[in-house]
Amino acid sequence: MADTLVPTHPLERYLPVLAALTEELAAVPGVDLALGLLPTTAAVDLRLDAREATTPDVVGTLGGRLPSTPNTWTTLDDGEGRALWLGPDEWLLVADRPAGPWEDALRAVVGPRGGAAVDVSAQRTGFTLRGADARELLALGCALDLRPASFPPGSCAQTLLGQAGVLLVAVDTGVDVLVRRSFADYLAAWLLDAAEEFRPIPAGEGDRA
Amino acid sequence: MQLIRCPWCGPREETEFHPGGPATVPYPADPAALSDADWARFVFVRPNPKGPSREWWAHSAGCRRWFAAERDTRTHRFTGPMTAGAP
Ligand SMILES: [Zn+2]
Repeated sequence: MADTLVPTHPLERYLPVLAALTEELAAVPGVDLALGLLPTTAAVDLRLDAREATTPDVVGTLGGRLPSTPNTWTTLDDGEGRALWLGPDEWLLVADRPAGPWEDALRAVVGPRGGAAVDVSAQRTGFTLRGADARELLALGCALDLRPASFPPGSCAQTLLGQAGVLLVAVDTGVDVLVRRSFADYLAAWLLDAAEEFRPIPAGEGDRA
Repeated sequence: MQLIRCPWCGPREETEFHPGGPATVPYPADPAALSDADWARFVFVRPNPKGPSREWWAHSAGCRRWFAAERDTRTHRFTGPMTAGAP
């Protein structure tokens, strides 16, 4: 009898590593940082002329308005989903729902308006960085000004983290980092390495008094 | 290193961008009518100014949009306005 296939997170093997690191950092005074994996969700890449984006049937099908301001995101379906600004006529829609029917429903609305909706759920995976030091960690390999004043919750940005292209999503409690699947192992290694900065200094080395 | 101002995303690190050559070479209005020599001139011959140069740039690590920018070839400083989608 064939074994039952169970879907797993593409970064499953990093779960115990990130959990152990988070537990270790929790014991370090003055450090507020927790690392984890973003749950796998459906993702749809939406292309649509921005002038069509506010029409009632588009807003109704989406369950909310698309962000028109660059580098921001909005909530869909009362917070169940997110619409992330990728470009002047491109958005990434993310929600925990079946991807196929969602893609079909969106395409039925934006298709006649010259737009496109494509299921890209397998394209990206991601990490959750939580705590006040999430932005400090990212700042070690990202040129953007990530301080809350310039990158407040509700912001998002496609940029480079280390050598990998990422999509940073600022939330109330930290930052979500979406990355293309083929760069995910590199980024996991980069994050684990960067997090070394927050480990306690071994006894002796920090004593300069 | 310098910040380049993407017309959509705002100021971003230079490494997020890729150059696309001069924005001052228009596509031939009637390509089929061109002689081989004229076609070669369109494909290969480019201005190489010393000073301000109007160029295509792509925000390849960000919004992936093309825009036209003015760059001084002597200093590699971006000097002029950035225009989305038009030279
Ligand atoms: Zn941009």
